[in-house]
Amino acid sequence: MLYTILCYNDENVVWSWTQEEDAAVMEKLRQVQARLVDRGVMGPSLRLMPTTAATTLRKSQEPPLVLDGPFAETKEQLLGFYVIDVENLEAALGVARELAAVNPGGAYEIRPVALFIPDPR
Amino acid sequence: MTDLSWINAAITSARPASVGALLRYFRDLDEAEEAFQEACLRALKSWPTNGPPRDPTAWLIMVGRNAALDSVRKRSRNVELPSDEVISDLDDVETPLIERLDSSHYRDDVLRLMFVCCQPDLPATQQIALALRIVSGLSVKQIARAFLVAEPAMEQRITRAKARIADAGVPFEVPGAVERSERLAAVMAMTYLIFNEGYSAGTDAARAPLTEEAIRLARLLLRLFPAEPEVMGLAALMLLQQARRRARFDGAGEIILLEDQDRTLWDQELIAEGLALMDKAMRHNRPGPYQIQAAIAATHSRAGLAKQTDWAGIDALYAALERMQPSPVVTLNRAVATSKVAGPEKALEMIAPLESRLAGYFHYFGAKGAFLWQLGRTQEARIAFDRAISLAGSAAEAAHIRRHLDRLQSPQAG
Repeated sequence: MLYTILCYNDENVVWSWTQEEDAAVMEKLRQVQARLVDRGVMGPSLRLMPTTAATTLRKSQEPPLVLDGPFAETKEQLLGFYVIDVENLEAALGVARELAAVNPGGAYEIRPVALFIPDPR
Repeated sequence: MTDLSWINAAITSARPASVGALLRYFRDLDEAEEAFQEACLRALKSWPTNGPPRDPTAWLIMVGRNAALDSVRKRSRNVELPSDEVISDLDDVETPLIERLDSSHYRDDVLRLMFVCCQPDLPATQQIALALRIVSGLSVKQIARAFLVAEPAMEQRITRAKARIADAGVPFEVPGAVERSERLAAVMAMTYLIFNEGYSAGTDAARAPLTEEAIRLARLLLRLFPAEPEVMGLAALMLLQQARRRARFDGAGEIILLEDQDRTLWDQELIAEGLALMDKAMRHNRPGPYQIQAAIAATHSRAGLAKQTDWAGIDALYAALERMQPSPVVTLNRAVATSKVAGPEKALEMIAPLESRLAGYFHYFGAKGAFLWQLGRTQEARIAFDRAISLAGSAAEAAHIRRHLDRLQSPQAG
């Protein structure tokens, strides 16, 4: 079953890391991800630019309104996500725990995938 | 659970808003800093065992404020305030301050904190040192290293700068729209000064973190002012320049010109973010000097090879910048683009009237020498390069010009 692991953290904190700290966390994550790839669990994943690079299209009015910044002011922001293929929620939580062990702070939201179109190009 | 580096990062990122709010509360910079310091000490004690609070900034403000009030009350033998263990989170504490902790207040608090460092009668280097100390929370030792001075000397400089600020008085009223945009302009200029202080330092490891710090401050400004195209431009400009950091110097620490840089060393992640911000800024259709400079940097970033550079585009962008912000340095920069489009003769003509105003400017004589050399006027080129060396601000700058001179001596020159 496909799950996403949505990565939430305070981006002010994450973007306060020095380049070395950031590189260290990314390297540890890469090792965990390599293990997950070997186990055939790991699907696509991506890291997002900071919300300062975001633009929001508000569709609640006609014509839709274009706003600078993320859609909501929150203490923690969506910073990226993984798609994983595992048996059940327990296994998905296991993967999230493995990732969390090398990347503390914030939260992972484990959310089952309803529809998946890998790359229709 | 909560490891120390996470706590440090949380405190660093909470600092501007926290000290800014405490400054609003105490109306005194030293008191605000002391209160924040105390709050940090308590955070280091409390967070590893109790876990981090949901909102570290609000926690630090509350605890800092209470600690400061507490010590005042102790001195006057009054009843103590509840200890900060009671304030595990803030839901149970009611105070008007909390109500004012929304993002619009943070915005003015942070802006005020940065703005007090921009006192126009303080020299630029002192403004930067002060901002690094107060806003970024760098230690005096780190700042002293970055400015290549002894720690006591830097301590004294910062103390004096703070005294000047106290004399000038901190502007506490909530700014109107015009004042807010004036403050923002001053703060953006200071942020770019911090960046340039680090960027011009070359391979000097002590100064390099200044560029990262300036980018962090620009991202902070962007979050506070998400719809200001000039803030997007400033952030993009710094990201696009920072992207070249690994290609700008050779193993011996000598400058490598943009044209000669190994472009595979450019940081594509930073370039992508810079271009994304430029893209957003353009939609606003409100050009400004930072956006134009960022557009120039972006034009370079888009050229996979130096010879693919759109020099005509860059020339036009500099022409726009000249109209918006006339200065001999801008004209000098434009002349470099013009030399590529219309030849060195035309470029020399352009810069000739600037000589009296740029008589002490290293880059003027560097560029003049290069144009003369391209025209085969070796003797005059040599004179210009000698002049440049005498004005060089760093060993790397001087070494770079010396290489030009060496080429003049070699047989194929001229």
